[in-house]
Amino acid sequence: MTPTDGAETRPARRFRVPVATAVLAIIIIAPLVITGAVNLHQFRNAYRTKVSNELSVMIERHSLTVDSFINDRLSDIRVIAREHPIDRLRQPEFLRRVLNLMREEYHGAFVDLGLVDANGIQVAYAGPFNLLMADYSAAAWFQDAVASESVISDVFAGLRGSPHFIVATQKTIGDELFVVKATIDFEAFNALVENLRIGSTGFAFIINREGEFQTDPHFEVALNRPPWVHLLEGRIRSDRISVLEGEDVLGREAIFTIAPLKQGQWFLCYQQETSDAFAELRAVQEFSAVVLIIVSLAAIFAGYLISRNLAQRLADAYRDRNVMAHQVIETGRLASIGELAAGIAHEINNPVAIMVQEAGWIDDLLGEGDPCSGENLEEIMRAVTQIRTQGDRCKEITYKLLSFARKTDPTIREVQLNEVVDEVIGLTSQKTRYANVHIETELSPNLPSIHASPSELQQVLLNLVNNAIDAIERPGGTVTVATKMVGEEVVLEVRDTGKGIPEANLGRIFDPFFTTKPVGQGTGLGLPICYGIVEKMGGRITVESEIEKGTIFTVFIPREAPGGVENVETETRGDRS
Amino acid sequence: MMEPSVLLVDDEVAFVETLVKRLKKRNVRVSAAHSGYEALEKLSASGPTKIDVVILDVKMPGMDGLETLARIKEEHPLIEVIMLTGHATVESAIDGMKKGAFDYLMKPCEVDDLLEKLNEANDKKREREDKILEARASLISLRRGD
Repeated sequence: MTPTDGAETRPARRFRVPVATAVLAIIIIAPLVITGAVNLHQFRNAYRTKVSNELSVMIERHSLTVDSFINDRLSDIRVIAREHPIDRLRQPEFLRRVLNLMREEYHGAFVDLGLVDANGIQVAYAGPFNLLMADYSAAAWFQDAVASESVISDVFAGLRGSPHFIVATQKTIGDELFVVKATIDFEAFNALVENLRIGSTGFAFIINREGEFQTDPHFEVALNRPPWVHLLEGRIRSDRISVLEGEDVLGREAIFTIAPLKQGQWFLCYQQETSDAFAELRAVQEFSAVVLIIVSLAAIFAGYLISRNLAQRLADAYRDRNVMAHQVIETGRLASIGELAAGIAHEINNPVAIMVQEAGWIDDLLGEGDPCSGENLEEIMRAVTQIRTQGDRCKEITYKLLSFARKTDPTIREVQLNEVVDEVIGLTSQKTRYANVHIETELSPNLPSIHASPSELQQVLLNLVNNAIDAIERPGGTVTVATKMVGEEVVLEVRDTGKGIPEANLGRIFDPFFTTKPVGQGTGLGLPICYGIVEKMGGRITVESEIEKGTIFTVFIPREAPGGVENVETETRGDRS
Repeated sequence: MMEPSVLLVDDEVAFVETLVKRLKKRNVRVSAAHSGYEALEKLSASGPTKIDVVILDVKMPGMDGLETLARIKEEHPLIEVIMLTGHATVESAIDGMKKGAFDYLMKPCEVDDLLEKLNEANDKKREREDKILEARASLISLRRGD
């Protein structure tokens, strides 16, 4: 078929479906991801603020409860110390009665009650243990109670060996100092925070300034772990609630909400694993990810469909364009033939006119009476010879035209450029004669044959020569067709001594339908077609022009065929009989 | 009626020769030229053997038919010109008529058609010459005051 066959797949190859799919998918997915990320980020911030606020509110409420529990117990002991005279407080019976009363009232929160003198000796005691005359002079709570008016101790095992803490207050009689003290049941106190559970991992506990547990924490957190001072180090304040994130003692990401108790001596801590606290956020994130994946897959699929469709259309369009280009070249060839035909019609008309006259002359002679008289016979025979001569002339002309019109085959073969030049000059001889243009050739004798379509080459040359002849307006101009070898290129040059091309038009001469010839005389397709043909051959065409001096069109054709040697038919010119 | 005196101009020698013979057979006084220059020379040199009608081929190398027509009309305005043309040059023939040619004929043509056109052209020329003579006569009589 045509040599354009190989080129048809070129745009399809240039337009890669996977690349286009990727580009389209990115165009669709990228904004989605960006807006999604921004939304998710804002949602995350809002959600964290919400969680943190909720935790703060809850912990604040509980810290108030715990604080008021401790303060109430201290107040209770202060009331007892201030209300009752020292004599009564010295009586164990009285103490037991008061203790029983308070245990009834507070559901066993008080374990025991005692009176300690200034030397730290418990002088009166009511409770389940035998602690009368116990010496507390070395106990921290006692020293604190002596130093300040009243005290709430840290939780400690003490003499009895089970965790508890003590509330104590001074009672002075004259110069004599006593301390009234009560022990608070750890279990009762522990219940205040133990029930504080949220989610599956949230739990609460109380620590002192040294990070020691004041309540029994979550079952997983062993009491013998190092003190949780790391929670307190420079990160929290004793006057408000802090929300922190970090690793817990087991190395899990956790969120800590910490509220001060007892004027900043204890801290109520609430710990929850981050993944648990933000479970809802995680669910939203997972849902978003799933939606994004589904949308992305859809986008990729849609991108693929669109790209494939586009590639198909592109290939179709390119094929159409190729067909069209082929048709344009064919149209141009026909236009060249038309132009040629006008010249040739005149050329053929002359011999026909002679034949008609000779035939008429014979007629005249035959009508004269004696056609066989010597003189007449001689005239008739001369006329017949003339008719035959002119007939031959006609035959020659029609042959030239036909040999041009018949060559529609764009097959690439080996062509001798010089032969094409000779043919085209033969075709244009009539035109040059009437236009008073002298045509010259400067053909290099050692020109190698080139790989090209003879008919297309002929078309290029005919167009250039026709243009050159048309460019010459004054009689006596010269058109020179030259061939030569420059490097690896065969060069064809068509020079004229015509009017030249104005610089403004020089850039447009290869544009289709651009013509300076009068309407009906130029199609504006000649040079664009030349350009197309030469480009297809892998060559190039250049133009130099000077006003009133002339124009030079130069065609460079590579010696080797652009498509390689495989499309070259070596049986040359078989069809040119 | 007097037969016209004709100059046939065409670059095809064989055509001219045969047509001259045929016209002569029909009592036309005919001479031939093979280019525009030759035609103009012959017209200038004709003198007393005056040419009435020129048959002029449109397409000729050198000076073409239209240019020759213009020169003839310039130098010899009374001579009538019949353009002879091939199909491709009908436009130029019409162009020629606008520039003062009497008529045109398509090649190849019948000799009788040519004769007819020749006579018409000749008649027109005579008519015009008569009018000019008349005008001159009246001018002269005006001057003489008759």
